[in-house]
Amino acid sequence: MVKTVLGVDHQGLRDWLFQRISALIMALYSICMGWFLFTHPHLTYGEWYGLFTLTGMKIFTLIFIAALLYHAWIGMWTVFTDYIKPASLRLVLEVAMLFMLVACFLWALVILWGVN
Amino acid sequence: MRSQKRPVNLNLFTIRQPVPAIASILHRISGIILFLAIPYLIWILGQSLATESDFLALYDHFTSPLAKIITLIIVAPFIYHFLAGIRHLLMDINIGVDLKNGRLSAWITIILAIILTIIAGFYIW
Repeated sequence: MVKTVLGVDHQGLRDWLFQRISALIMALYSICMGWFLFTHPHLTYGEWYGLFTLTGMKIFTLIFIAALLYHAWIGMWTVFTDYIKPASLRLVLEVAMLFMLVACFLWALVILWGVN
Repeated sequence: MRSQKRPVNLNLFTIRQPVPAIASILHRISGIILFLAIPYLIWILGQSLATESDFLALYDHFTSPLAKIITLIIVAPFIYHFLAGIRHLLMDINIGVDLKNGRLSAWITIILAIILTIIAGFYIW
């Protein structure tokens, strides 16, 4: 069995399920966003900014980004596990990736917080 | 019996891959590209919501050919990853898991992705 340095016994089933759930959340958000952009040709700053003043939109967006981060984490973890055999290098890359993903979430949070 | 060292070819690039394999590796590659695009996309979100002049500056930014190419480099993998993801979800509910339908769904995914990307390309340009 693959021994992961970061891991205890990995609940593969949970990851599999969350991968699917996060994918569906992102698909729903993408479709809604696509619809918004499609129905607002020549989008103005006011329309765009106005959309993000809605609390529901901020929450939906943050849920989308949280789903994105988890989905990306699972995907990249799989890629690293497949291709990077030295455990110490893999650990470094996984931590760097985790840091990058968390930073992006916090960045988005700060951005949305600033919209009034 | 004397054990023999037989030649082994594990170089994937020299082996003809079936189309579901191509569909699968494209799914992985598109995922990696999208992962790398995340900070850029968050940056765009921030810029678009900053001030009106930042928003308009983004419009200008996207008229440059370089920006359009980068946009396409992000949109194309997104389209592919989305469609291949649907293929995965269908396989989870046992649709397209046999050989014939697996190959069919792989072909459909790739061709549909190309078509939608071309349409998106026109839209971007």
